[in-house]
Amino acid sequence: MSSPTEGRTAPRLRRRTAASWLLVLPALAIIGLFMLAPLGLMFEVSFLEKGAQGGVRWGTFTPEAYVAFVFERDLDDSLLLNLDYVRIFARSFVLAFATMTIALLIGFPVALHMALQTQARRNLLIFLVTIPFWTNLLVRNYAWILFLRNNGLLDGVLHALGLTDAPIGILYTPTAVMIGLVYSYLPFMVLPIYASLEKLDFRLVEAAYDLGANRWRALWRVIVPLATPGIAAGCILVLIPCLGAYVTPELLGGSRSLMIGNLISGQFGQARNWPLGAAFAFVLLTVVLIAMVAYLVRFRQPPETA
Amino acid sequence: MNANPNFRFPGLRPAAWLFFLYLYMPIVVLLALSFNANRTATIWTGFTFDWYGVVLANQDMMNAAKNSLIVACSATLIATAVATLAALGMAGRRFRGQSGVAMVISLPLVVPEIVTAVATLLFFVAVGVRLGLTGLIVAHTVFCIPFAYLPIRARLDGMDRYLPEAAADLYAPPLAVFRRVTLPLLWPGILSGAMLAFIISLDDVVISSFIAGAGSTTLPIYIFGMIRIGITPEVNAISAIMLLVSILFVALSWLAGRSRPSRA
Repeated sequence: MSSPTEGRTAPRLRRRTAASWLLVLPALAIIGLFMLAPLGLMFEVSFLEKGAQGGVRWGTFTPEAYVAFVFERDLDDSLLLNLDYVRIFARSFVLAFATMTIALLIGFPVALHMALQTQARRNLLIFLVTIPFWTNLLVRNYAWILFLRNNGLLDGVLHALGLTDAPIGILYTPTAVMIGLVYSYLPFMVLPIYASLEKLDFRLVEAAYDLGANRWRALWRVIVPLATPGIAAGCILVLIPCLGAYVTPELLGGSRSLMIGNLISGQFGQARNWPLGAAFAFVLLTVVLIAMVAYLVRFRQPPETA
Repeated sequence: MNANPNFRFPGLRPAAWLFFLYLYMPIVVLLALSFNANRTATIWTGFTFDWYGVVLANQDMMNAAKNSLIVACSATLIATAVATLAALGMAGRRFRGQSGVAMVISLPLVVPEIVTAVATLLFFVAVGVRLGLTGLIVAHTVFCIPFAYLPIRARLDGMDRYLPEAAADLYAPPLAVFRRVTLPLLWPGILSGAMLAFIISLDDVVISSFIAGAGSTTLPIYIFGMIRIGITPEVNAISAIMLLVSILFVALSWLAGRSRPSRA
């Protein structure tokens, strides 16, 4: 490798740096123009006045959308506390954290099992975990409608077992949304935990045994601490898409299980309040970025899957 | 490596089996029900291919499928080309601002889809572009870039970087080095990335449904509309087709990416 301290090689290094920039430029330009610029625009729109027939009035400025988050305007223009939107945000966080916890409880044992297999079996299992993740989200959620709806397959099974005789009516409830979310994002939990367990030196576990630890103690004091980066990565990779979930609550949830994604979409559909929708989207983006930055600061590398 | 380490945990194996059962049960049931003769979709009364015939004869759905293919192919081509260049620029050397570039490239993976959808919609409205297939292609290209980039980058990192240097030492001009040495070695990564980008584009619902105009409905948007109306055997059949297409492409991508970089 050439060292930048040698004067002779400096021009060559500069040339290579320029070449690197030239190569990454098209990707930067596309993402910059069609993602960063739109996100900036979205921020601007959240401070505009809404137009009379939907849309926005360009060139205006008002913090109205952020005020509307917590207050609604009465007829005489006084502000009334209205926590409907806050409630939907809170529900989204609760659902996302619950999903993350359940996914962790299911995902960790599976990842551990995978890490204990031979190399050939591991590759096969990784492949099996990945397949559902790449299949259409819509289709996967649809499959759960078949299970959960009244007189659907779940009711059929429960009836056959003699556990219930009436439909349990689980579809269109927050429970159904959570079942769908866990199913959709489980691979995001399994793969990073597996990636960190795979690197784990299991001789450390043997050492723990030699020092008198039993299985549980070895698990809690050796394996779990060493797998922490993977666990954290899995948690953040499940949490982030859950917070912004749109398809799952739309299909499996009812009006009482709306999440942030549906709230945002509603402002661009029936409600026709673009500034408010943009403000919701911006708040969601901020939360997600804070979570991501917190992860990066703590673990100093991007979340890694297998 | 620890192929068979001296660590056993009771119940781990059955738990894993249950997990894989849970993972595949809905998929298997959906596939099975797509062959169900009964209209009510969940009560089995006999085997039939009829619903696939009904789906293939549905002109609106075929148009939507055509739109999906046009968008997915275009977005995949552009995103893969751009991602390949970016991966070449990022691999093997360090330059100032590199981590910033990496962050921008992975941004579409971090930003929630619904936020991207809203922002893109506002952008197209503000610029005043009609939201036809071109708009969809542009939006899809953006989120396909990181999916194409990651496998290519992984392939490059696993590659023997002295091979291109050796070729250069043997007086091969840079373009020849790229065409005769780097590209053939990189090809499986590019293929793998392109197939993932294709799948991601083909499956996208959220971003597409925000920016697609009346004439540019894609297949997932069409299916989304059908599901919201109700459960029908046609939905089962088209869902099964989409499932099989996804699984086929992921399997191909996996096989392409799995062939190890040769180390001469």
